Amino acid sequence: MNIMAEIKLKKGYYLRLEGETFKAFENAPFPEKVACKPTDFTGLKPRLLVETGNRVKVGTALYKDKNNDDILFTSPASGRVVDIVRGERRVIQEIVIETDGKQQRENIKIPRKSISVMGREDIIPVLLTSGLFPLIIQRPFGKIADPRVTPRDIFISAMNTAPISPDWNLIVHGNEECFQKGIDILSRLTDGKVHLAVDARHGNLSRAFTAAEGVELHHVSGPHPAGNVGVHIHHIAPIRGRHDIVWTCSVQAVMCIGRLFMEGRLSPETIVAVAGSPAQNRKYFRTIRGAQLSSFVEYFYDEDVRFITGDVFTGKKVSYDGFVSFYDNMITVIPEPAHYELLGWTTLGAQKMSFSRTFLSYYLSRLLPRVRFEQKASLNGSKRAFIVTGIYEKVLPMDIYPVFLLKSILAEDIEEMEGLGIYEVIEEDFALCEYVDPSKNDFQELLRRGLDLVEREG
Amino acid sequence: MIDRLMKKIEPHFTRGGKLELFYPIFEMVATITFVGPKRTEKGAHIRDYYDIKRLMISVIYAGLPAMAFGIFNAGYQHFASMGRYPGFIECMIRGASLVIPLFIVVYAVGAIWEILFAVVRKHEINEGFLVTGFLLPLIVPPTIPWWQLAIAVSFGVVVGKELFGGTGMNVFNPALVARAFLFFAYPASISGDGVWTAFGQNMVDTYTAATPLAVAAVQGTIPIVDVLAQKGYTFWTMFLGLIPGSVGETSTLAILMGAAFLLLNGVASWRTMLSVFAGGTVMALVFNAVAPSPGSVMALPPHYHLVMGGFAFGAVFMATDPVSSAATDIGKLFYGFFIGVLAILVRVLNPAYPEGMMLAILFMNAFAPLIDNIVVWFNVRRRRRRATE
Repeated sequence: MNIMAEIKLKKGYYLRLEGETFKAFENAPFPEKVACKPTDFTGLKPRLLVETGNRVKVGTALYKDKNNDDILFTSPASGRVVDIVRGERRVIQEIVIETDGKQQRENIKIPRKSISVMGREDIIPVLLTSGLFPLIIQRPFGKIADPRVTPRDIFISAMNTAPISPDWNLIVHGNEECFQKGIDILSRLTDGKVHLAVDARHGNLSRAFTAAEGVELHHVSGPHPAGNVGVHIHHIAPIRGRHDIVWTCSVQAVMCIGRLFMEGRLSPETIVAVAGSPAQNRKYFRTIRGAQLSSFVEYFYDEDVRFITGDVFTGKKVSYDGFVSFYDNMITVIPEPAHYELLGWTTLGAQKMSFSRTFLSYYLSRLLPRVRFEQKASLNGSKRAFIVTGIYEKVLPMDIYPVFLLKSILAEDIEEMEGLGIYEVIEEDFALCEYVDPSKNDFQELLRRGLDLVEREG
Repeated sequence: MIDRLMKKIEPHFTRGGKLELFYPIFEMVATITFVGPKRTEKGAHIRDYYDIKRLMISVIYAGLPAMAFGIFNAGYQHFASMGRYPGFIECMIRGASLVIPLFIVVYAVGAIWEILFAVVRKHEINEGFLVTGFLLPLIVPPTIPWWQLAIAVSFGVVVGKELFGGTGMNVFNPALVARAFLFFAYPASISGDGVWTAFGQNMVDTYTAATPLAVAAVQGTIPIVDVLAQKGYTFWTMFLGLIPGSVGETSTLAILMGAAFLLLNGVASWRTMLSVFAGGTVMALVFNAVAPSPGSVMALPPHYHLVMGGFAFGAVFMATDPVSSAATDIGKLFYGFFIGVLAILVRVLNPAYPEGMMLAILFMNAFAPLIDNIVVWFNVRRRRRRATE
C-alpha cells in the first residue's frame, strides 16, 4: 500500500439535503420482478437473446452489445421473461423477469489457478460471460469499457459526495475480503496502477480501503463533486487524449467481481440505500440487482413524489413499479412541486437552500451546520439565455473552463472541445454546474451531445 | 385558487392555443408574479432556487440607495440653484418629479421593444432589461429631454443588444450603449455645464453648475485640489454627492452601499470591481508623477478621481455586468484593471471627453472576449503539452 498526499479540493458544493439514509441494514423481501434495462448503458445498442416466455437462470444472457458481441448482459434472477418493454422507435427499455425464488445459476467456468498468475486472457472471458464486465466503465466517454483494450490505470472511488448518497464504508462492511479479491483481479487487467480514493474527512474509514493491498491510496477532501472518480483522475493522472484510456469501477462493482472469483459462482446480491424525505424506512437494503422498487421502498402516500434510481443529480426517474438501474446503489425519493408561489423570487429565502448568497439560507446553513433543507423536483425558475455569471467554475474542481467547453459544444467545434478538456469529464462532473445554473439549462445533456460528437468525429 | 386560475388559462397560451403568439407575455406575467411548479425533466432532478430573476432583482436592490439619493439630489440641486433649501420632503418631491418620469420613459419604451422581439423570435422575455432600464436613468442628467431618452433606449436595446442576438449574446452593455448614443447624438443634452441641474427661477450667482470634472479640466497655476475646493468640491462633498451630475452617479457613498450588497450576495464579481479601482488608482498615480505643475489636471490625486464623475458607478454597476464583462476569473482582473486605467487616461488627456468611464467600459467590453480567449488559450496549451508528454 502506498499512501499519496492528500488532495484538498475547495471548489464544489455540499448540498444539505434532507432525508439521509440511516446507518442500518435490512434484508429486503425477495423481489417478485426484476428487470434488465439496456437504457442504463450510455450509447448501447442491444441485440436481444431471449423472448417473452423464456425461462432464465441467474447469469443467463438476455442481450448483447450490437457493436461488440462479447459483451453480454445477464439475468440477476431465475424465473421467466414476462415482458419486453419497448419505447419510442421500438427501442428496448426493459426486459422484465418474473422471479421464481429458486435462484438457479448458470455455471461459470473460472480457471483453476491462483489470481496472482491469472492473466487478462483468463479473467476477461469470465467477466464477459458472467455479465459483470459492463460494471467496468471507461474514460473518456464514460461508456462500458472495451474488453480488447488494456487500460493505462484503473480508478476506484470509495467516496460518495452526492447529496444523501450511501456511504461506501458501510456498504463494504462485511465484504472486505470480496473487495480485496476484486482489487486483485482488476490489477491484473492493467499495466498501470489501481488507484483508490477515500474521503480524508470520513471519521470511520473501512479497513477494506485503508488496508487495501495492491492499490495506490489517495486521501481526498472537499465538497461534492470531490467524490467523483473523474475529479480524482484529473488530479492524480489526467486523461491526455482520446486514446489514453482508463477504467473506472464502483466499490460495489469491485465487490461483485471479487465475489465471483472467490465463490466461483455469480451472485447478483447488491445493497441499495433508500434516501429522501418522503421515503419511509430509510435504510440500506440487501436485495438483488434490478429489483423492483415496490419490493422494498416505502413512502408517505399523501405526497406526490418522484422516485429516482441513483442520486438526485444524475439518477433516472422511475415509477414505483420500476426497477433499480444496473449501476445504482440508491433510490432517492423527493417531493414533486405542486403549487404556484406568489412572488417567490423576492423572498429572503431562509428556507430555500442555495449555492448563491442571495438567499439567507446560505448564511444560515453556515451558522447551523446541522440544518437540512427539503428540495422539490422543481426547476425553480425558467429557461433563460446563457448569462455567464462566473458561478459554474466554483463548483467544478478541475482545471477546466465549463462555460467555454459548453459553448464549444454548442458551436460543435470539435478541436476546441478537445482542447478544453472534454475527454476528462462526463455528465456527473457537470451535474453541479447544471444545479447552480440560474438560466436553467440542461448541461448534462449538452455535454453528452458533445461527447457523442467527439467520439464519432474526433 | 391561484393554482386553479393559472392552470386554467395556461393552455390558451401554449402551443396550439388561441393566444399562442403572446406566450412570452403570459410567461413574463406568470413568472414575475408566481414561482411556478415547473418540474425538472432532464438532468439534475433538483435545481438551485437561484434564477435570473433573483440575480437581476439583486442588482436593482443594490441600486436603490443611489436612486434614492439621486432623487433627493436632483431636488436639492434645483433648490440650491435658487439659493435655498426647503427641507428633505420637498427636495424628494421635486426630485421625484424630475427623475421618476425618466424611469417611466425608459421602462415603457424598453418594454415595447423587448416584447416585440420576444414575440417575433418566440423566446421568453428576459429579465436583463429590468436592470438595463433601472441603470440608464441613473447615468443621465436629470434634465435629459424625454424624447431623446426614448430614442437612446431604443438604440441601446435594438443596436446594443438585439442585433447581437438578444440577452446573453450582446458584446456591449446596453445601458452604456444608450448613454454613448446620447453623448454623440445629442451632446448638448449631456455635456457642458448647463444640463446637470434642473435650474430654478431666479438663479443665484454663487451656485456652481459645473461638475467637478469640468472644473478640474480647466488648467491653471493654482493647485488643482484648491481649484476644486474654491468651487465647493472637496473630497468629502464629492464622496457624499450633493453636487450636480448624473442622477445616480454623484454619491460615492450610496454607490458603495450598493457595492457592499452586491459583494455580500456575490452577484457582482469582486475581482472586476476591485481591479477597476486598482487600475484607476495606478493610472492616477502615474499621472501625478509626471504632472508638469500642481495646477495641471494630471496632479489630481487618485482618491479624487475615484469619487468624481461616473467612475464609482461604472466600477460597481457597469463593469460588473456579467454578459459584457470578461468571463474568466483571471480575465476579470485584467478587464477591470484596464477599465480603470483607460477611464483615467481619457479623463485626463482628452478634455473633450471629461467623462472617460463610459468610453473605457465600452472599449473594454469589446476586448473582453479577447482577454478570455487568451486565458483559455493558456488552458488549452497546458492540456496539449500534457498530451504530448
